Amino acid sequence: MDAMPKWADVVLIPLISLILAATISALVILAIGESPVEALNLMVKGALGSTYGWGYTLYYATNFIFTGLAVSVAFHSRMFNIGGEGQAMVGGLGVALICLYVPWPHWSLALVGGILAAAIFGAAWAAIPAFLQAKRGSHIVITTIMFNFIAAALLNYLLIGALKPKGSMEPATGKFPEATHLPSFQDMFSFGETALFRGAPANVSFFVAIVACFAVWALIWKTKLGYEIRAFGHSESAAKYAGISPTKIIMISMMISGGLAGMMAINNVQGEAERLVLNAVEGAGFIGIAVALMGRSHPFGVFLAALLFGFLYQGGAELALWTKIPREMIVVIQALVILFTGALDDMVRAPLERVFLAFKRRKRKAA
Amino acid sequence: MTTAPAIELKGISKSFGPVQANKDISIRVMPGTIHGIIGENGAGKSTLMSILYGFYKADAGEIFISGQKTAIPDSQAAIAAGIGMVFQHFKLVENFTVLENVVLGAEDSGLLRPSLARARRELKALADEYELNVDPDAIIEDIGVGMQQRVEILKALYRRADILILDEPTGVLTPAEADHLFRILENLKREGKTIILITHKLREIMDATDTVSVMRRGEMTATVKTSETSPQKLAELMVGRKVSLQVEKSPAQVRDVILDVQNLNVTDEKGVHRVKDVSFNVRAGEILGIAGVSGNGQSELLEVLGGYEKGTGTIIVNGQPIDLTGAKSDGRSRRERGIAHVPEDRQREGLIMDYHAWENVAFGYHHDPKYQNGMFMNNAAIKADTVEKMERFDVRPPDPRLAAKSFSGGNQQKIVLAREIERNPDLLLIGQPTRGVDIGAIEFIHQQIVALRDQGKAILLVSVELEEILALSDRIAVMFDGRMMGERLPQDTDEKELGMMMAGMNKGEAA
Repeated sequence: MDAMPKWADVVLIPLISLILAATISALVILAIGESPVEALNLMVKGALGSTYGWGYTLYYATNFIFTGLAVSVAFHSRMFNIGGEGQAMVGGLGVALICLYVPWPHWSLALVGGILAAAIFGAAWAAIPAFLQAKRGSHIVITTIMFNFIAAALLNYLLIGALKPKGSMEPATGKFPEATHLPSFQDMFSFGETALFRGAPANVSFFVAIVACFAVWALIWKTKLGYEIRAFGHSESAAKYAGISPTKIIMISMMISGGLAGMMAINNVQGEAERLVLNAVEGAGFIGIAVALMGRSHPFGVFLAALLFGFLYQGGAELALWTKIPREMIVVIQALVILFTGALDDMVRAPLERVFLAFKRRKRKAA
Repeated sequence: MTTAPAIELKGISKSFGPVQANKDISIRVMPGTIHGIIGENGAGKSTLMSILYGFYKADAGEIFISGQKTAIPDSQAAIAAGIGMVFQHFKLVENFTVLENVVLGAEDSGLLRPSLARARRELKALADEYELNVDPDAIIEDIGVGMQQRVEILKALYRRADILILDEPTGVLTPAEADHLFRILENLKREGKTIILITHKLREIMDATDTVSVMRRGEMTATVKTSETSPQKLAELMVGRKVSLQVEKSPAQVRDVILDVQNLNVTDEKGVHRVKDVSFNVRAGEILGIAGVSGNGQSELLEVLGGYEKGTGTIIVNGQPIDLTGAKSDGRSRRERGIAHVPEDRQREGLIMDYHAWENVAFGYHHDPKYQNGMFMNNAAIKADTVEKMERFDVRPPDPRLAAKSFSGGNQQKIVLAREIERNPDLLLIGQPTRGVDIGAIEFIHQQIVALRDQGKAILLVSVELEEILALSDRIAVMFDGRMMGERLPQDTDEKELGMMMAGMNKGEAA
């Protein structure tokens, strides 16, 4: 009955959107007076040409997997969580507190502690807008965006006040103790003389992110809760008929979403910076929206889209380093990807459906 | 015949993607006649009329108005060609007066006052001529649906329509209002207007039309003189096979009271008092039918019983009161108490349209232990269950992986029914069981409801189709404006009396 086979919907459409975004980006690069081919070459080499490049690409990807999953889970209950940024900031606060004030004997325990603290803090930060949505009907988009600013203000306050070590001039916490430092890819994959991933920030959190992908997949498609979340997302009136409580679903899905966004902090705060600095999230919460859109809210899609954005991020940094192309170019590319995969989805979909239909009809005639 | 047909369509075809909604349709409608178009949901009636009114462009075919070949690219062109349309869902501005609605879009100039004055004069003339009495200064939201429909007709006439198309005009009317409408149509016809009446109700076709065209699966299967056909024949032409219009049922074997509703009141979110002090009961082994024009509190009654609207009063099921406001007033708790519910609107409530058939079969019962597998859902078990249910209820196509939206209305309803009836409930709430369902499936659905009754279950049936109420019910209650107007036995009453009650008149009062 569907106009298109599933693979076309899942693979072909994002791919075409991506090519369109890339084409327009190429035109912009041309307009700046640089060569798009050269630029692509640089990006690929910089992001994927060495284990060092990979180490950065995967580090960024880890952030985006967490925030992408966060937005996806909320999407399934038709909640648009734009607050990933703030939830990740507050998650970072949780990680900082637990790393600074709990004496951990070993990094593995500190990782578990970090995950829990990040998730709980992120979830709590999402819980307030969720409650306002469920009980007062305050629109989640508005409240989560406002909570981003509140989170930023909160961190500002704490990092120049209570959490700043005495005598420090920098708005940041002190260095976390040695035992909370997570093993980086360099620690894990370098044997003997050859140092792989030297100096790159990718760390064990990447594997936590992969586990999170599987967990979200199982949650959404294999559990009763996921069934209820999706049912509510498709039709609130039907969910009510079935006895699914809207309040419960909004609260739980938003808290899972916030928890996932918060968990990003084990990567950027505990794994990389090893202390909490201002603006640690660096917009990853917003990129999560693009990642979720492009990944069609499916964990596997999110994983692939996060890798892509990791590549764009790292490649973009390289571009800024070696050419006149500013780093903001990456923001342009992201915006184009969001535009094509989100807002202009139908522009690609409708003609493609027609092509498939025509193809089907011809096949039927031939048969 | 010397006169040219008012409308002639030749070889109209239209497809939407893979669906061919209209296949090579030709039809001639003579001036000064009422021409019925009958067909099941999805037969292509509305598409055809939308083409005639300029909403869709036909892929092929020609339109002739009074013998002149006419292109109708948009609704302005249709109006210019003298075609007026009364939609099933009225297109009126709720907070405008009747007069303002009539003039809207047909103002004479930038200044409103002269237009309104002219419209007032014309409305008066039209009212006298056609029995179309409407207060021109009434606000739309204050007048009843019957009146609103008259405004729609007036709008068309004010725009000099000679051809009037009415799409399912009686869906929201009481029998008395429907009779009034048909009188108006007769008057219009006498004045030489041409009327096309689209409906799925056989009786209206038989009562009101001169000729009738039957559509099935996008094709025009027959055009006949109404006087030369019968409901039975029309039904066969619509479905393509012999169907029984009668419900076979034996006398009810009534036992204990299962559902006892006492002084139920429901006030909705906007503060409107929807159900007023309603009391009734339903016993095991009987069908209680609740008749009424839609919007008179029946929906809210079902919602409270189904657990997703709050109410005050007492509802006793199987001797135990159920929770109307607290933690146990949800659909899940109701199901645990043996109450199954086929909701009025299967697309908004009964089904998740994007869910697969198998996911929908578990819907509402997804807590059932047999659907669980540790912390996960046992999707394999649900699918197996779905295959069985689809077979027993003859759901077509019997593919559990198809999304609910891919099934026809009748098959969607069968999925809901299969889910609810197979739970073996003590009490089945069922709202509009055959709305938007094809005749073939209606027969099957009615049989299932009667079979459940014969197993000794209590059934509460809410329907706006009086014929359905009369055919199925063992007792009939009528609701009007949130109140119970009284109960009748089907053998002691008729459509006329029930129709009066549906309009708020009791026998005592009417006398």
